[in-house]
Amino acid sequence: MADFLLEIGTEEIPDWMIDGALADVRAKFQAAFAEFGGDALRTEATPRRLVLLAEKLLDRAPDAQIVAQGPYLSAGPKAAEGFARKQGITVDQLVKMQDAKGERYAFHQHVKGQAAEQALREKLPAIITGIQFPKTMTWTGKGGVRFIRPIRWIVALLDDQVISFEIANVKSGNTSRGHRILGSKSPVPVTVSTYQQALRENFVIVRAEERRARIVSALGSDVHHDAELLATLVYFTEWPSVIRGSFDSSYLQLPREILSTVMRHHQRYFSVVEADGSLRPEFVAVTNTDGDPDGLIRRGNERVLRARFNDARFFWEVDQRRSLSDRLPDLDKVTFQAKLGSYGAKAKRMESLAGELADALNANKETATRAALLAKCDLTTDMVKEFTELQGVVGGLYAKAQNESEAVASAIYDHYKPVSMEDSIPRTLEGQVVALADKVDTLRECFRIGLVPTGSKDPFALRRAAQGAVKILFEGRLDMELAGLCEGVPGLLPFITERIEFYLRELRNFAYDEVKAVLAVPFGSLPDLEDRTEAIHYIRPTGDFEPLAASFKRIKNILRQAEVEHAAGVKSELLQSGPEKDLFEAFEKVREQAAQTGSYREKLAHIASLRPKVDLFFDKILVNDPDPVIRQNRLALLYSLLTEFSIIADFSEIVTEGPSA
Amino acid sequence: MDTFQDTIFKLKRYWADRGAVIQEPYDLEVGAGTMAPETFLRVLGPRPYKVAYVQPSRRPADGRYGENPNRLYKHQQLQVILKPSPDDVLEQYLGSLEAIGIDLRKHDIKFEEDNWEAPTLGAWGVGWQVMLDGLEITQFTYFQQCGGMDLDLVPAEITYGLERIIAFLQNVESVYEIEWAPDVKYADVRLADEEQFSTYNFETADVSFLWKAFELHEAECQRLLQLFANTKDRRRFPVLPAYDQALKCSNLFNLLDARGAISVTERVGVIGRVRKLAVGVAEAWVAQQSPSEEEAA
Repeated sequence: MADFLLEIGTEEIPDWMIDGALADVRAKFQAAFAEFGGDALRTEATPRRLVLLAEKLLDRAPDAQIVAQGPYLSAGPKAAEGFARKQGITVDQLVKMQDAKGERYAFHQHVKGQAAEQALREKLPAIITGIQFPKTMTWTGKGGVRFIRPIRWIVALLDDQVISFEIANVKSGNTSRGHRILGSKSPVPVTVSTYQQALRENFVIVRAEERRARIVSALGSDVHHDAELLATLVYFTEWPSVIRGSFDSSYLQLPREILSTVMRHHQRYFSVVEADGSLRPEFVAVTNTDGDPDGLIRRGNERVLRARFNDARFFWEVDQRRSLSDRLPDLDKVTFQAKLGSYGAKAKRMESLAGELADALNANKETATRAALLAKCDLTTDMVKEFTELQGVVGGLYAKAQNESEAVASAIYDHYKPVSMEDSIPRTLEGQVVALADKVDTLRECFRIGLVPTGSKDPFALRRAAQGAVKILFEGRLDMELAGLCEGVPGLLPFITERIEFYLRELRNFAYDEVKAVLAVPFGSLPDLEDRTEAIHYIRPTGDFEPLAASFKRIKNILRQAEVEHAAGVKSELLQSGPEKDLFEAFEKVREQAAQTGSYREKLAHIASLRPKVDLFFDKILVNDPDPVIRQNRLALLYSLLTEFSIIADFSEIVTEGPSA
Repeated sequence: MDTFQDTIFKLKRYWADRGAVIQEPYDLEVGAGTMAPETFLRVLGPRPYKVAYVQPSRRPADGRYGENPNRLYKHQQLQVILKPSPDDVLEQYLGSLEAIGIDLRKHDIKFEEDNWEAPTLGAWGVGWQVMLDGLEITQFTYFQQCGGMDLDLVPAEITYGLERIIAFLQNVESVYEIEWAPDVKYADVRLADEEQFSTYNFETADVSFLWKAFELHEAECQRLLQLFANTKDRRRFPVLPAYDQALKCSNLFNLLDARGAISVTERVGVIGRVRKLAVGVAEAWVAQQSPSEEEAA
C-alpha cells in the first residue's frame, strides 16, 4: 500500500471555478483507479494549486482470471488449432469445459494486475488535461494543451517515488512552490508526508478549511456576515491575513446600497456594522500576506476606497443634474436587443402593460405606470454605468431624491427582483406589477422573434425572467390568468409552465406526480394552482386517497378502451340497487359537499371518502354488461365521476403502489 | 519619490533589459495600446517579438472635463508584449513592480480573473487584473485570438495603467496632482486636453463631418484590401497604411458614440463595419508575412 499525492501547480485560477475542478478531478481519479482501492481520497486547492491525496492505494491492482471460450469439440481439431493460435498458445494448453450445448475448448488466462506506478503514469496526463473548466486557454501555442491557466509545475508522488510524466513541457517531480512573495524563490522539495508542512514553511496553507478558520477567527463580531464573500476569499489567498481600515464618516451620507456594493463587489471588503445594524465607517479586507506590520496595506486600501467613494459621490452629484424623466429620450439610444430595438421602446411597452396589470390586480395604476416608465432610466446614469449590479436600486434611490412618490421609488427599486430563486419578490403590489411587466415584456418580445432558449444556451436569461415572474405570481398570490400574460405568443405558455413545475418541485418540495396531476388539468391563477397542489400533498398520506387515485387510473383506462369521450347523463332508473346505486348516491352527495366548501383540502377529503363505494363497485359490478344500455349507463357514471373531480387535478397522474387496471 | 516620467523610464529600462524593443507611442488616435500595430499585428503569425511602449489611449466617452480626479478622456498605458510568453512571465512582471520601487513583501498583490475581449478587433484573451492593496494596476492577458484568428504563439500582454500606479506611488488623491517632472504637475501637462476634448467629444464635434470622415477612411481601407486580394507581389503592399485607415474608423466610431450620434439600430452595424476592416487587415498581414506556396516555389 502506498499514498499518492498530486499537486497541479498553476497560475492563479479564478476562485469560482475551483470547487468544480476539484469535484471533477476527484471523480475522474476514482473512476480510473477504482481497482486500487484508495477510498480515502482528499482534494484541496489554493489559487495556485489543485491537490489530490489518495491514501492506501494498492501497489498493484488485483490479478484477474479471464476465460476465453473456444469452439465446441464437435467442430473438430482444425477449429481448436485456430483458436489456440489466436490466443498465442498451443492446443495442449487449452482446457475443456461443459456448457448447455456440449463440451468446448477454453483458455484460462491469468492476467497480472497493473502496478499502481504504471497505471498512474499512463492515466494521469489525460485525467489532468481532461479536468473540466468553464473556460480554458492555451499557452504553449496553437493546438497546445488547454487548461484554465498555465500549468507551471506538477508534483506526483507515490510514497516517495516520483510518477514521471509530462504535460505541456512540464515534467512531474517532487518539488512544489511556495507563496509568490513570502515563500522561497526556489522550488520546495516535498514528500507525501511532509507536503503540508513544507508548504506551510513557505507561507502556503494547503487546506481551505484552515484558511477559512484563520479568516473567520480574525473578522470580529461586528463584521457583516457574508458567506459568499468568505468563500471567495478562501480561494483568493494562500496565506490569508485580515486587516481593518476606516473611511471618513461623511461618506455615510451616500446610500448604504452604494457603499456596500463598492466594498463587497469591487473591493471584496466586509462591511462593519453598529449594534443597531447601521454601517460603521470601517471595512475589513483579507490580504494574501503575513499581516501588515507597517500599515501600508491598510493605508493603500483606504486610499482606494476613498477614491471609489469619491467617484460614487461624484456620479451621484452629476446624475442629479438630470432627473429620471429627463432621461427618457436617452433610452432610445440604449439597446435592449439588436432586433428588438431600444430601452425607450421597452419602457413604453412596460408602461402600457403595467397599466393593464394594475387594472386587473387592483393596484394603483398611476404608481405602476409611472414606475414602469421610469424604471429603466437609470441605465443612462453614470452610477449604473459604473456599478451595473445596482441597476434598479439606483433608479429607486434617485426617484426618491427627485421627489417621485415613495411608492413609485420603491417599485423602481425592486423591479429586477427576484434576481434568484432565493431572492424575495418586490415589497409592494405596484412593485410586483412593474417587475412582472418587465419580465413578461422581455419574454413575449424574445419569443416573438424566436429568441428561445435551447438546451443550456439562454443568452437573454429568459429562464430567469420566467422563473422570476412565476415566483412573483405565486408569492404575491396574484390572481392572474397565465394564458392572458402569454398573449398567445407561440411556445411561451409551455415555457412558463416548465418554470411553474420547477418552482413547485424544487422550491416547494412537492412530489413530481403531485405537480403533474395539478398541471394536467386547465388552471387559471398560480395561487389557485398552489392551493390545489398543497391540498393533494396534504390528503395524500390519508388511507383513502392513493387507492382512490388508483381507481381513477382504472376508470380512465376503462373509458379510453370504451372510447367514451362525452358524458351522456346517468339514468338513475337504470342503476342496479346495491353497489352501483350506492356509488351514484354517494357521488351525488359528495359532489354537493365539495361544491359547498371553498377549501381544496375539504373537497379532496370528501372525494376520498368515496373510496369504499368505488372499491365495492369494481368488486361487484361488471362494467361491460352484455346489455349495451346498461353498459353505456355505467360508463356514463364513471365518466361523470372522473370529470367532476378532475377539476382539481388529474388523480390518475398520482403514482400509486396499489393495483391499477 | 520618482516623478511620472522617472517611473516610465524605469519600466522601459526594465523591459529593455529583458530583450524588449522600446517603441514610441503609435502616432494615431487609438483607444488602447492593444490597437497599436506593434500589438495588434505583431501578435499574429509565427515570429517571436518583444516590445514595450507607452500608448496614450483615447476614450472619448470616458472624458469628464477634467473634473473627476480619477477619470480621463486620454490616459497613458505602458504596454508590453512578450511573444511567446516566457514560463516565468508573472515573476518577470512582479520584478517590474519591484523595479519601480514597490516592496512586494510589504504590499498585497492579487490576481483577479479578468478576461479581455475586443469585438471590434476580433480579439480576446484570458487573464487577470492585478490588484495592489486593492488597486487595479495592471491588466494581464494571454492573447488567444486576434483578427478572428487563433494565434500561433501565445503572447502575454501586460498593460500598466500609469496614472493609477503612479498616483499610488506618489500617494496623491487625484491624477492631476501627480508630479510629472520636478515641479510640473500632471494638470499642467494635460488638464487642457481633458477640458477641451471633453467639450469637443460631447458637445462640439460635427456629426456629419465625423460620419463623412468615417466613410472616407472606410472606403480607403476597403479599396486597399480589395487591391491586396488582386495583387501577386505583396512584399511592399501597403497593409500597414490600410490598418491606419481602420484605426481612424475606430476612433471616429468612438467619437460618434460619445456624441450620442449612433442610434441603437446603427450601433451593431457600425461595430461590424470596423471589425470587418480590422479582421481584413489582420488576414492581409498574415498572408503578407507568410509568402504563399507559388511565391515560395
